[in-house]
Amino acid sequence: MSRARGTGESLKNFPFFGVISIIVFAFLYVPLVFVVGYSFNANRVVTVWKGFTFDWYAEVLTNNDIQRALMNSLRVAVVATMMSVLLATGLAVGLIRMVRAGRTFAWSLIMAPLIIPEIVFAIGTLALFVQIRVPLGVEAITLAHVAFCIPFALLPIRARLRSIDLSIYEAAADLGANEWPIFRRITLPLLMPGIVAGALLAFIISLDDFLVSYFLAGPGGTTLPVYIFSMIRNAITPGVNAVSTLLLLISLLIVTGSYLITRRRRY
Amino acid sequence: MASTTATQPRKHGRAGQGSWWAGLPGILFLIALVLGPLIIIVIYSFLSRAKLGVGVKWIFTTQPYVELFYSESLSGERTFDPTYLQILFNSALYSLVTAVVCLVLSIPIAIWIATRPPQWRTALVFLVTIPFWTSLLIRTYAWIIILNDNGPINAALEWTRLISEPIAMLYTPFATSVGLVYAFLPFMILPIYASAERFDFRLAEAAYDLGATRLTVLRRIVLPAVRPGVIAGMILVFIPALGSYLAPELLGGGKTSMIANVIAAQFGASRNWPFGAALSVMVLVITMLALVVFAVVNRRATKGGTRQELESFL
Repeated sequence: MSRARGTGESLKNFPFFGVISIIVFAFLYVPLVFVVGYSFNANRVVTVWKGFTFDWYAEVLTNNDIQRALMNSLRVAVVATMMSVLLATGLAVGLIRMVRAGRTFAWSLIMAPLIIPEIVFAIGTLALFVQIRVPLGVEAITLAHVAFCIPFALLPIRARLRSIDLSIYEAAADLGANEWPIFRRITLPLLMPGIVAGALLAFIISLDDFLVSYFLAGPGGTTLPVYIFSMIRNAITPGVNAVSTLLLLISLLIVTGSYLITRRRRY
Repeated sequence: MASTTATQPRKHGRAGQGSWWAGLPGILFLIALVLGPLIIIVIYSFLSRAKLGVGVKWIFTTQPYVELFYSESLSGERTFDPTYLQILFNSALYSLVTAVVCLVLSIPIAIWIATRPPQWRTALVFLVTIPFWTSLLIRTYAWIIILNDNGPINAALEWTRLISEPIAMLYTPFATSVGLVYAFLPFMILPIYASAERFDFRLAEAAYDLGATRLTVLRRIVLPAVRPGVIAGMILVFIPALGSYLAPELLGGGKTSMIANVIAAQFGASRNWPFGAALSVMVLVITMLALVVFAVVNRRATKGGTRQELESFL
């Protein structure tokens, strides 16, 4: 209690910080509110309000191109999630047992896609695939997504792995269990919350990606964000807001799911 | 396995903990799809342009790098042309402004969240994280709605009769900058928060008790404590922002191209892959330089590493 009171005291010492924080939160959320709000606008001109309607949702949901783009997005995201979680689980287990140099190398490879500008990866992967004759499209996008989904899948799994009490392995080994049974019966079940959280994060990252998909789409691989981009380029109607709202909703549901699973983790 | 046990604080080598072989498929995959693209870009930047523009011709040349500095007239005369250097410089400037604005906004909010009661903090951090997990395309599009001539800002200003004509905000460098700050803000708040959260704010109170002013406490006690977070945030904002494509494309309206837009054009309409690759190599060089600078600052300024802060957004 005294600690809570103590931190309460210090906040009074920077009173302007509270106001700035509220402004920053507004800055983060107001733009999204406008996207959602104008998706119900009966006017074709997005920002001139005419009346409330669900028509744009009906139009968007029955649009064949959008349905195809959504299916492409889901195919990419599902397969990329499964592949990245599989590889990330292996990496999480393997990293702990690597020698220092190997770990540093592996770690740089894992984190590189988060730091190096995405445009470089996008055109680099395009050049690589054209060079080794991997056809552009859904499969090409999936492979590229796995590379930058791995870090997002890995970190919750690794956090979970680190929290496992090592004496559990000793107990299992003392009772005569071997390597694989211990992994399958003990490590894997304990890792599950981390794996599920990692999978959800990898799924959103893949689903929301624009730039890499844009370069690797080819003629048949248009994903939902790539389609939305072309909509924005052609004509901005509340229809764009309606698809965007649906995509926002999917992201929000998934990230909330991941948050609830890992909630116990201290930030 | 005895040696690993000796060098590491945690116990290793027990049955059930797996072996480094488990990481091998992942490492091979990442070598192919992370290292591979980077290597091919460097190779392509020294090759000739293909006839039809798609791909390259396997003839060694330094022409793409010459094109960075010189323009060639039809008669083959080379004159110094700073167009692309200017765009590179502008991109770095945009990224720097983005990082600094994010920093100024993030320090108050990070410290504010860190001084809330523990049960609030997780929820507030989650609120900061949500925008990061939503599509960047949609978050950029949102600013088209807000900044356009009959958007809410102009509508509000006209309604209050502060202006009679709408202010042109969309398709300006201002719009690009707002889009960039909006895109990268969570990447600055979260690492700084990760540092602030570990800071014992009773130390700040002790400083007050000893007669320090508010500004002194902030400058001498709190800011040094969050420095690892600031460095991690600068890395996570400045470098990725350098390659931003969407904000300048959708909000800058072609007037404020950044390097990513020029690179994309070389792989699209302009059909000059080697030159696009050379521009990407320049981006990689700036990335390396920035990482070296941050590493040096980091070593000087912080005792520990910044890894915890770098991972804070997960």
